[in-house]
Amino acid sequence: MDTLIQQLINGLVLGSVYALVALGYTMVYGILQLINFAHGDVLMIGAMVSLTVLGIIKMIAPSTPLVLQLMIATAVAIPVCMLLAAAIERIAYRPLRNSPRLAPLITAIGISIVLQTMAMIIWSPNPRVYPDLLPTTPFEIGGALLAPKQLLILVVASLSMAGLLLLVNKTRLGRAMRAVSENPRIANLMGVNPDRIITATFMLGAALAAIAGVLVAMNYNIAQFTMGFLLGLKAFTAAVLGGIGNLGGAVAGGLLLGIIEALGAGYIGELTGGFLGSHYQDIFAFAVLIVVLIFRPSGLLGERVADRA
Amino acid sequence: MIATLMKGPAAKKALLTSAALIAVAVAAGCAPKDASVKIGHVGPLTGSIAHLGKDNEAGAKMAIAELNKAEIKIDGKKVVFSLISEDDGADPKQGTAAAQKLVDAKVAGVIGHLNSGTTIPASKIYSDAGIPQISPSATNPKYTQQGFKTAFRVVANDATLGGVLGKYAVNELKAKSIAVIDDRTAYGQGVADEFVKGVEAAGGKVVDRQFTTDKATDFMSILTAIRAKKPDVVFYGGMDAVGGPMLRQMDQLKINAKFMGGDGICTGELIKLADKALGNNRVFCAEAGGVVGPYEQKMADFKERFKKEMGAEVNLYSPYVYDAVMVMVEAMKKANSTDPKKYLPELAKIQYEGVTGPIAFDEKGDIKGGTLTLFTYKDGKRESLKVIQ
Repeated sequence: MDTLIQQLINGLVLGSVYALVALGYTMVYGILQLINFAHGDVLMIGAMVSLTVLGIIKMIAPSTPLVLQLMIATAVAIPVCMLLAAAIERIAYRPLRNSPRLAPLITAIGISIVLQTMAMIIWSPNPRVYPDLLPTTPFEIGGALLAPKQLLILVVASLSMAGLLLLVNKTRLGRAMRAVSENPRIANLMGVNPDRIITATFMLGAALAAIAGVLVAMNYNIAQFTMGFLLGLKAFTAAVLGGIGNLGGAVAGGLLLGIIEALGAGYIGELTGGFLGSHYQDIFAFAVLIVVLIFRPSGLLGERVADRA
Repeated sequence: MIATLMKGPAAKKALLTSAALIAVAVAAGCAPKDASVKIGHVGPLTGSIAHLGKDNEAGAKMAIAELNKAEIKIDGKKVVFSLISEDDGADPKQGTAAAQKLVDAKVAGVIGHLNSGTTIPASKIYSDAGIPQISPSATNPKYTQQGFKTAFRVVANDATLGGVLGKYAVNELKAKSIAVIDDRTAYGQGVADEFVKGVEAAGGKVVDRQFTTDKATDFMSILTAIRAKKPDVVFYGGMDAVGGPMLRQMDQLKINAKFMGGDGICTGELIKLADKALGNNRVFCAEAGGVVGPYEQKMADFKERFKKEMGAEVNLYSPYVYDAVMVMVEAMKKANSTDPKKYLPELAKIQYEGVTGPIAFDEKGDIKGGTLTLFTYKDGKRESLKVIQ
């Protein structure tokens, strides 16, 4: 029983990270119908920048409380990632906005490669150790263990997601974003500058990615230039599962994917009598994705999108 | 003619030696002509592990110099050995190109390569040309499992390593239940499979087998599954970049089991990657190599000689390279021929006392009873526990 609770906690933590990253994919897709494959690498840059900041703090003021160090590192990583995302949008996506769909997809992959290579040159190809910034003594819940850093992931992820939903649904910027998403030309006629809104969307997604990057690196105590790739792929899967373009869908998809993966890895061996091992954990996740897409082609919470005129 | 095939200061020395030899021969009037034999050496002389490649090369140079000084006679002729050293940059593509170069230069035998990744693809080229190859340091079991009659190695392979660790877990660590994880790479899976065999041979029990990838960072689910089985020892087949975070996550889940692994985790880097989770006498790992008993003195003598003659400390594998050259020439002496076809059968059944230990090969070309050194970590430092044969 405590094993099951533990697996659910594992899945929830993993899923919260997926959800946080999936929001970035889904926001951009909702507005531009573009899959921003560089999103995972923006996350990696966030983790790397925060690691560098931590290194600097350790050099000049090593007695700074660890929690404060974490906050400073995140506070630096967020604007760096936001500026980076704005630059990527300006350089790689905007000039191609009216070209065929495939062109910006290819530049997205190109940007992803550029970011990874740059990070490899700046931060070396070896895995870097990310320090423990929170107490490591875990809390006990019904025989299951929850480390403080995992709790932080749950709290920060829920707060960020709630904040984003509020922003999109209740603020002026959010209304403009929804308007551009529905029809950029009409939104423009109504006095909304689509370029500015699109840039703002990219920056918002990047801020979430930076937070996710710090959380992930801290959780696994490791940061490497390749860390964004697989995570980005999983988060993209989560976004599709939930219905790409739908914010609530991204959250639901992320949490679902995390829990399926954890339960899959934990029980697949027993369920199949040792025939399939835990290296087949992704079978569960992708089987669920295929089934969902067969019956609901636009994802769990996705709505059927009418073709644009 | 001999000298032009070599580079650097060794060339000058060889030129002088051969000149002296010719002078002696001329003086004697009717002595038979000298035979010249080329031996190839390949290792990474450039790139990130160039320091290891240079160490290997120095071992080969030292062996060749000593052989020439000993004035060995094969088939009635005095033999002058020369070394052709090639660089493979630890890159499989460059490795096969270097191998082809040596084959074209008609070497009598090859010592190398340093890495498994370059040794395995190059071994086919040597096999096709019928040239004996002795690797001083490649540990991947595949190298000698391809059925090539020309492939030999003078270090224990990963299979032996896994088996020895398995027996150690049961007999010395008294583990009753053992869980095994591997990263599904050729190396990780190989070591883990051999570890399981070793555990079962020693009467131990593997209670759970889980898998991950060499790129994964989250092991909470598989570790939670393992925790339910309450193992005394967790074995991981893979590299340190995964092993370090895995150890930390074991702590996070309060799994107090001991942690074991092959040479992939047996690094200095693991200390940083695992930090506090490393513990004292908690992590046990092994790597190929190490000397025991009377060979300790032999090795110490060798190291001193090496320092005097090559002007550098022994780094890692140079004693194995030295032995590999000596074993190859011993086979030539036994066969009374430097023709690869003729001395290869002698090499396969050789019995030789090297500085690293007795050298004899099994039917696949692996060294019989190769040694391993077992390590543990204590106070953030790696300590050698013992040498196992």
